[in-house]
Amino acid sequence: MKKKSPFIRIITAVVLIGTGIFLGKSFFGQKNIGTVPIPSSLKHRNVRLANDSVQAVYEQEFSGKIIEVKNGSSIQNAVKEANPGDLIRVYPGTYSENVYIDKDNISLQGVVINGEWPTLDGQKEINDAFLYSGNGILIENFKIIHYKGNGIMGQAGNNFTIRNNWIIDTGVYGIFPQYGKNGLVAHNVLSKIADAAIYIGMCDNVDVLHNEVFDNVAGIEIENSRHCLVENNYAHNNTGGLLAFVTPGLPIKTTFDVIFRNNFVVNNNHENFGAPGSTVSGIPSGTGILIMAADDVIVENNIITGNNNTGITIVDLATGAPKANDPNSEGNPDRVVILDNIMFENGNDPTGEIKAIMLTQMDTHGPDIFAYGGGSGSTIRDRNKYRTFGLENYGIAQISDTQDIPTMRTPAPVPPRSVSKEELGELTYYGVCAGCHAFGTRLIGPPTEILQAIHQDNPQGIVDYITAPKNLREDYPEMPPQDYLSEEAKMAVAEYILSLKH
Amino acid sequence: MKKSRVVLKIIISVAIPAILALVFFAGQRPTAYYPVPLLKSTCPPGFKLNANNECIARNLYSQYATTNKAGVGGLKSALPEIRDGFSPQQIDLGRYLFFDPILSVDQTISCASCHDPNKGFSDGLAVSRGIDGHKLKRAAPSLYNVGYLKKLFWDGRASTLEEQMLEPLFSQVEMGNTPENLLSTVNEVDNYKKLFAEAFPNKPMDEPILLKEITKTIAAFQSTLVSLNSKYDQYAHGYDQALNKNEIEGLNIFRSFVARCAECHTPPLFTNQQFAVIGTPEPEGLPLDPGAEIPFDDKSLRGAFKVPSLRNIALTAPYMHSGRFKTLRETVQFYTDGRGHAVPEDENLLIHWHIWEPNLTDYEMDRLVDFLKTLTDESFKPEIPEVLPSGLKVST
Repeated sequence: MKKKSPFIRIITAVVLIGTGIFLGKSFFGQKNIGTVPIPSSLKHRNVRLANDSVQAVYEQEFSGKIIEVKNGSSIQNAVKEANPGDLIRVYPGTYSENVYIDKDNISLQGVVINGEWPTLDGQKEINDAFLYSGNGILIENFKIIHYKGNGIMGQAGNNFTIRNNWIIDTGVYGIFPQYGKNGLVAHNVLSKIADAAIYIGMCDNVDVLHNEVFDNVAGIEIENSRHCLVENNYAHNNTGGLLAFVTPGLPIKTTFDVIFRNNFVVNNNHENFGAPGSTVSGIPSGTGILIMAADDVIVENNIITGNNNTGITIVDLATGAPKANDPNSEGNPDRVVILDNIMFENGNDPTGEIKAIMLTQMDTHGPDIFAYGGGSGSTIRDRNKYRTFGLENYGIAQISDTQDIPTMRTPAPVPPRSVSKEELGELTYYGVCAGCHAFGTRLIGPPTEILQAIHQDNPQGIVDYITAPKNLREDYPEMPPQDYLSEEAKMAVAEYILSLKH
Repeated sequence: MKKSRVVLKIIISVAIPAILALVFFAGQRPTAYYPVPLLKSTCPPGFKLNANNECIARNLYSQYATTNKAGVGGLKSALPEIRDGFSPQQIDLGRYLFFDPILSVDQTISCASCHDPNKGFSDGLAVSRGIDGHKLKRAAPSLYNVGYLKKLFWDGRASTLEEQMLEPLFSQVEMGNTPENLLSTVNEVDNYKKLFAEAFPNKPMDEPILLKEITKTIAAFQSTLVSLNSKYDQYAHGYDQALNKNEIEGLNIFRSFVARCAECHTPPLFTNQQFAVIGTPEPEGLPLDPGAEIPFDDKSLRGAFKVPSLRNIALTAPYMHSGRFKTLRETVQFYTDGRGHAVPEDENLLIHWHIWEPNLTDYEMDRLVDFLKTLTDESFKPEIPEVLPSGLKVST
C-alpha cells in the first residue's frame, strides 16, 4: 500500500475539520429562529376547559412598537425608550440589572429560544429585578435569579399580568404586587424564597393560578387583600403552603373573600428559614394552609396531604401573631367555609403549640384541620371526613361549591381616573401656578388678569412661555420653567388661565 | 319747575330714607360695620374657592383614582382625604394667630416659635423649648401636609388639629397658658374682635371670642400648609428628567424590599400613618421614651412612634423623636446597623418586622440621601405677617 503524501493528509484533515465545523454549526449552533410575539391579549389558557375564561389582558390590544433587547444591552434602556402600548422583547442572555417601570401599559416579554431563557441575575448584589408603578404592566417569560429583595415588585399598579416566569432565590419575595387592583399571577415557577414566593399584599381582585411554588418559607400568601382566587397551584415543600393573613400595623386592615380552590398542597415540611422578626418566621414547618384573621375564606377541592403539622390551620391574631397589636385590625377569622377537600397523612410530626395541644387530647398526631381562638360563622361541608380539632362551633356549609365564581378579577380593567381637560387645567392652576399667580393681587409673579391680557385668545403663547420663560419684566423675578408638566397639562392650564373670570 | 328744585327733591327723597336706614341698621348692629376687610378673601395656593366661600384642595394628585382610603401606594396614587372647606377669612385669621405670641402666657412664644416656616415648620432643635427655656421631651414635627394626617403628635395621642393644639397652648412647660387667660387676653384686643366677627359672620355680636373659634382658625391655617411640588412629584407625575441618575437610584433603593423605606414611608405622603417600633437611640443619658405605650396603655406599643412624613425632610434636621441624629446620612445608617442594635439591654421592644439587616452599602446610603433631598418643596410657603393684630412682634 502506497503511503499518502503528507500534503494530501493535511488537505484531508482540513476538509474533515471544516466539514465538522459546518455540520456542528448547523446542528448545534444558534439558529436564526423567527419568533412570534404572543399577543398581549391572550384570552384562553386552557382552551379545552370550556369554562376557563381567564382573560390575561382584556381588550387592551398590543398597540405600540416592538423594542428588541439582545444579550449585552440593557432592558432598562428599552423601558426608557418605550411609550405606553409598546412591547419590549428580551432575547436570551444574562441581564444583571434593576428594571423599573414608572410608565403605564408597558409589556415586557422574554423570548425563550431553544431552552435558553432571558435571565435577570442579581448576583446577590442587586435589590430587585423588576419594580413597577405603572398600570397595565405585563411581565412574562423571564428567568429571575439571585436578587436580594424581590423578583418582581409592583407598587400601586393596577391591571397587572405576571406569568410564565421562573424565579429562584430572589430574596424576600418572588412576585409581590402591592396596592394593585385587578391582576393575574399565573404559570410562574418559584423556589427558594425566604418569605413568600407569591405575595399578594394590600391588593384587590387578583387571580393566582397555575403556579408551582416549592422550597420557600411561604408558598402563596394573600395578605391584607380582598377578592382573591388561588386556584390550580402546586405548593410543595414550603414551610407553609397557602396563607391568607391579616398582618396588623399596615394601612390596609382587612383580608376577606378569598378562595383556595383546586390546589395541590403537598408535603409542606421545609424548615423555616424566614428572617427573624418577619411574620412568616413564626409559621411552623408542616403547615398546609394557614388562615389567620382573614374572613370569608373558602377552601374547596384541594388535595392537602403530607403536611406534617396540620392540613389547615385557622387561628386568630392573638394566637397566630401574639406580639403584633393594632386596635384597628380585627383579629378573628370569621365565616371560613371548608368544602370538599382530599386530606390525608397530615399531622404526622406536629411541632410546637399544636403538638402540645394535641398531646392534651392523647394524640401524637396533628389534625387535618385545626382551629383555635376567636371567630364566628364558620362552616364545613362534611366534618366527618377529616380529623379535626376545635371545629365544635362550625355549622354545616350553606354552599356546596363555588362554580359560579370563575374569577375574582374585575369584569373590565380598572379605568384610570379620567380627568377632563378643564379639570386638569384647574388642578394644575391651583396645584402649581397658584403659588405665584392669583387673580387681583400680586404674589411672586404678575396677577392672573395680566397673563390673560398678554396672551388673550392665545393659549399656545402661554404654553411656549411656561416651557421656556424669558424674563420680560424687570420688576418681577424670572419664572422657573414648567417644562416638567406634560404637554397636555400645559395646554389645559393655559386654556384654564384664559377662561378664569375672577 | 326749576331744575335745581328737582335735583334737591331727588336728593332729599334719597337721602332721608338712606339716613334713616343707616340709623336703623346701625342701631341694630352697632359694631358690625368695618370700612376695610382685614382678612384675605382668596384661598391660599393649592386651594380653590367654591360658591360657599370654602377653600377646597386642588392639586395634581387629585387626578388619580382613589383605590384605597388610606391614600397610600405608588407614584400615581391619590392622597388621603385632607381637612379642607375652611373659609379664606378663617384661614387668614389662623395665620395671624399662628404667628402671634399673644397665645402664650407671657406673650413670648407663638406656634411659629417651634414650627418656623423658615425651618421647614420645625425649629432645628433636637427637642423644642417652651416658656422660660423649658427643654421639652420631643422634637417639633414639621407641619407641612399636616392637614392629611389622622393622628397627631409623635405618639399619635390626638386625632384632630383642634384637639392637638390644646396641649402646647395649655402645657405649663410649652406655651404655659390657661383657657381663661388666653380668652381674656384675646378678647381685650379690638382687632381680634373685629377679625373674629369677620371670620365667623354668623357669630352673635355680643358673644366674646371662643376657644373653639381660636382652635378652628389655627387648624384652618395649618391645613393649608401643603408641599406637593417637589422634584420627586414632577417625576411621579411623569417627567422622567426631574430626577438625575443618582436620585433615581436612590428612589429605587428607597422602594426596594431590601431597604423597605417605602413600606412605611409610603408615597404620596411618605407616611402610612401607622405606629412603628424601630428602636432608635435616645440622646446620651436620657431614658427610653415609651412613645405610644402611654396614651394607648398598651405594652406592645412601647417605644412606638407614628411614622413621620418625609416631605421636606432635608429642611428639618435633626431627626427622630428626640433629635438623636444630626444628618440624613446618620439617620439612614441607623436602619442598616441591625435590628434592635440601639435598644437598651433591659428593654424588650417589639421591633417592627420591616426593621432588619438590609446591609446597605455606603454607596446605597448616599443615594438614599440624594433621593430624600428631592422631597423638598417650599413653593407654597405662607407669608409671615408683618403686623400682628395684637400689636406684638412676630415671633418665630
